[in-house]
Amino acid sequence: MSDAANSRPISEAIIEFRGAGYRLPDGQALLSNISFVVQRGETLVLLGRSGAGKTTALRLINRLVDPTEGEVLIDGRRTLDWDPVELRRQVGYVIQEAGLFPHYTVEKNISLVPRLAGWPELQIRTRVQDLLQLVGLDPAIFLRRYPHELSGGQRQRVGVARALAVNPPILLMDEPFGALDPLTRAEVRAEFQEVQRQLQKTIVMVTHDTSEALLLGSRIALMEAGDLKGVYSPQEFLHSKEPVAAAYADQLRKLEGFERGQ
Amino acid sequence: MNLTQFFSQHSSEILQATLEHMWLVGATMLLAVAIGVPLGIVVARRPWLSKPILGSANIAETIPSLALLGFLLPVPWLGDRADRLTITALTLYALLPIIRNTATGIAGVDPAVREAARGMGMTSRQILFQVELPLSISTILAGVRVATVLTIGIATIAAAVGAGGLGEFIFRGLAMVNNQLILAGAIPAAILALGADAALSVMERALRPVR
Repeated sequence: MSDAANSRPISEAIIEFRGAGYRLPDGQALLSNISFVVQRGETLVLLGRSGAGKTTALRLINRLVDPTEGEVLIDGRRTLDWDPVELRRQVGYVIQEAGLFPHYTVEKNISLVPRLAGWPELQIRTRVQDLLQLVGLDPAIFLRRYPHELSGGQRQRVGVARALAVNPPILLMDEPFGALDPLTRAEVRAEFQEVQRQLQKTIVMVTHDTSEALLLGSRIALMEAGDLKGVYSPQEFLHSKEPVAAAYADQLRKLEGFERGQ
Repeated sequence: MNLTQFFSQHSSEILQATLEHMWLVGATMLLAVAIGVPLGIVVARRPWLSKPILGSANIAETIPSLALLGFLLPVPWLGDRADRLTITALTLYALLPIIRNTATGIAGVDPAVREAARGMGMTSRQILFQVELPLSISTILAGVRVATVLTIGIATIAAAVGAGGLGEFIFRGLAMVNNQLILAGAIPAAILALGADAALSVMERALRPVR
């Protein structure tokens, strides 16, 4: 646990991991003894290689899995004490490839959760229009389309709109831009930054892309083999002496060197 | 007397037998879908129950149809009426393709879609009815189609226990060594099977989820 995570007032915490861990039924530990705090309105990036436990940590937040040790608190309440459905309505969820329902139009995909939550029809309709505009898709063109009629970038935008549908204070994103080609990724990412500037959600994002972590994260939680190596601001991360963090930073500097022709 | 004359002379009997046949098959399919689809869902959701359920349906499939009718004959209530007995036996045969295709269809739903649905706060029941079943409907229908064609064929055996249907002509024709009589049962049965196959194929294609 880094000093950065401790130095802020606890009252702002919206998500808190307290020695949380997760073990598969066969005893294999995917995540062990993780403690960190996510402040309201910040974007915390979980950075690490495949199998580091990033996704598991994310899934502990919306109770897709329950911790086998320690606890996770959302709004000061243990996830185990939350009704899973109620909790998930507070927590938008965006995954790689978006996971859109292939048999539903864009409109039905986005309106599903408001509908389940019993919103009035008129409110749902305006909400869907607003959300599409927010993520930069023209409602007149996209409302009636099916996911297979969209490009990867458009699907991912719909995925973000769907996750924001009932205006949850927290947004979880699991490699949201991972399946996109580099140029589309930069585009969608920039749009996402704009959305975040407008909405000020609390975001926890999983990525294995260092530059993405530095670009989007207000803080970076570095994970390795089920352990939390530390939580850093982007500046701290670049200058950290922690070997894993240093390896990431080193990798990045090599790229910069390549750009400068060295 | 040629076949056409024979058919036109006995048209009302053939129609009667065809309707009986359709009733046996229709009742069987309703029952088999009502039992098979829920069992398929159980197989998909509770892997530990998949072996006993699929195993039992498999065993039922291997019993020769005439023998199965014989086994069921002494069963109280079931053995009392020929159509009851036949529909029960036919249902046992029809179950396997329906159970298997339902389970396959649900298992084939993209895990990312299911994960997203759970993450959005859909309940298990909502996921089943709004995501899993709609996405596997064409696979389930393919199972129903196979089962229907199978049942139309096996239902001709029903005549052996007096349940009527197109098998009547076939059994009588065999006994009297009369090919025209056999064909009077076999041709309408084949037409029924082809018709059901075509109709269900069209439905299957219409309901196939876009991808």
